[in-house]
Amino acid sequence: MIQIHNLDVHLGSGKVTVHAVRNVSFTVKEGESFGLVGESGSGKSTVLRVISGLYQNRSGEIKIDGEVQGGRKGIEFYKKLQMVFQDPYASLHPRHTVDQALTEPLQIHKLDQVEKRIRTALKSVGLGLNFRFRYPHQLSGGQRQRVAIARAMILEPRILLLDEPTSALDVSVQAEVLNLLTKLRIEHNLTYILVSHNLAVVAYMCEKIAVMNQGKIVENLSKEQIIKSQAAEPYTQQLLAASKGYDRETARQLLQFD
Amino acid sequence: MSSIRQITEMTYPLLKIENLNVEFRNHAGNSTQAVRDVSFALGQERLGIVGESGSGKSTVGRAILSLIPPSGKIKAEKIALNGVDLQKLSELEMRKIRGNKISMIMQDPKHALNPVMRVGDQIAEAFRLHNNISHSKAKQKVFDILKDVQIRDPERVYRAYPHELSGGMGQRVMIAMMLIPDPNLLIADEPTSALDVTVQMQILAIIDDLVKEKGMGLIFISHDLNLMASFCDRVLIMYAGRIVEECRASELAQAKHPYTKGLLACLPMVENSDQKLTTLNRDPAWLE
Repeated sequence: MIQIHNLDVHLGSGKVTVHAVRNVSFTVKEGESFGLVGESGSGKSTVLRVISGLYQNRSGEIKIDGEVQGGRKGIEFYKKLQMVFQDPYASLHPRHTVDQALTEPLQIHKLDQVEKRIRTALKSVGLGLNFRFRYPHQLSGGQRQRVAIARAMILEPRILLLDEPTSALDVSVQAEVLNLLTKLRIEHNLTYILVSHNLAVVAYMCEKIAVMNQGKIVENLSKEQIIKSQAAEPYTQQLLAASKGYDRETARQLLQFD
Repeated sequence: MSSIRQITEMTYPLLKIENLNVEFRNHAGNSTQAVRDVSFALGQERLGIVGESGSGKSTVGRAILSLIPPSGKIKAEKIALNGVDLQKLSELEMRKIRGNKISMIMQDPKHALNPVMRVGDQIAEAFRLHNNISHSKAKQKVFDILKDVQIRDPERVYRAYPHELSGGMGQRVMIAMMLIPDPNLLIADEPTSALDVTVQMQILAIIDDLVKEKGMGLIFISHDLNLMASFCDRVLIMYAGRIVEECRASELAQAKHPYTKGLLACLPMVENSDQKLTTLNRDPAWLE
């Protein structure tokens, strides 16, 4: 479904150019869930933004659903692929109601049966119809993220790009949103690329996981390998150890990977 | 000095709070009870306060320093530091407590540091406010404390502006600033939530060492249950402004209150990531 080959991304220009993504390649099959983990600045979100077409200046090949991507993306592309962002407090228009947020993609894509589609979308993310005419400030963080997911799902895409979808949420709400995403993936046979700094979230959601550092993929792991802590690279081992909670001995042994 | 300190410690705990209530009132006259009847005592230990957003955990930390905006009202039977009731102090006396006796590490160094002042001068200011000391001596003291928080190149960092530092470095600078007046009590409000896991470990190790060496009390406010269990000695769990449970951090996994159990259950763990996550069903009875 998604094939990335030798992707390189440079951000900025002149002296301040940052080589954000270096020679990244991976393949995601249809219906699969692929996780990208790494610390801040590792380039994981940049990969996602390049796939969605938010960044243009890159080299390497991106194939989505068999088509090589390049240049401007047509409207059909975004019918196929949608993105959910990290912060639901920032990604929803503060002066648009839920109804407006959900109607807009339908108008852009000139889809019919607006009424029915909005009802189905709200129902599928577990929000009642009484939420339809509320503004974002009348919703909790978890409800907002559900609206953001509904907005992406209303076009019935086949691929969902998830950029830290639960980092801004409390753990109890995170569990609800992760369960919702799992349910939607099974129901609609969706393909996910999930970006997160939280290894536990990625291990829970994804079958295949790539660990990124300094723009490069350090290691590819399966879900089982993460569960059994079978990482070959020292960077991944350190990340696994650090996400298990505070330990004086582990803190002393931390290495720099520059 | 140290003998006096020992005597006061024997008679009074470092910090004692009895029936703390904080109420916020908005323009329309509606009030929100952010903190309800919170009581606890703290010695020279690492106490964790954990809860979800809106549980009132940060407000407790701020109320101790009486740093609540004018819309909020603090009511408490007692907020006593070493037996001295902080509520009876004037604003001027309270200023001598803040930073000097009790200091607070904020969540995000990007927002809490002055962006147009050199980092070294900010740390020196924190020290000179409470000590009558020359500029050059203060500078020497800043170099020492920067080494304490494991900054390898104190000269460079002294001259740097906050935007020239990484998140982890910025947080070390803030810790240095809070530690330089040698407080008795350190309140850390989500000190590592904006940081990567490995940097988080390093910062915690620094706080851990300093608290042990200097014999401080630490109130550690966080939403991260795993971190609490592994870092603190004792944990208070807050829900809707109340303390619903108190337990030893090492026994957090055996918590009894359904809210704490629920929170623990909905954490995805690396080890058992093939099971469906349980979600939290909030019981209105927990508010009682």
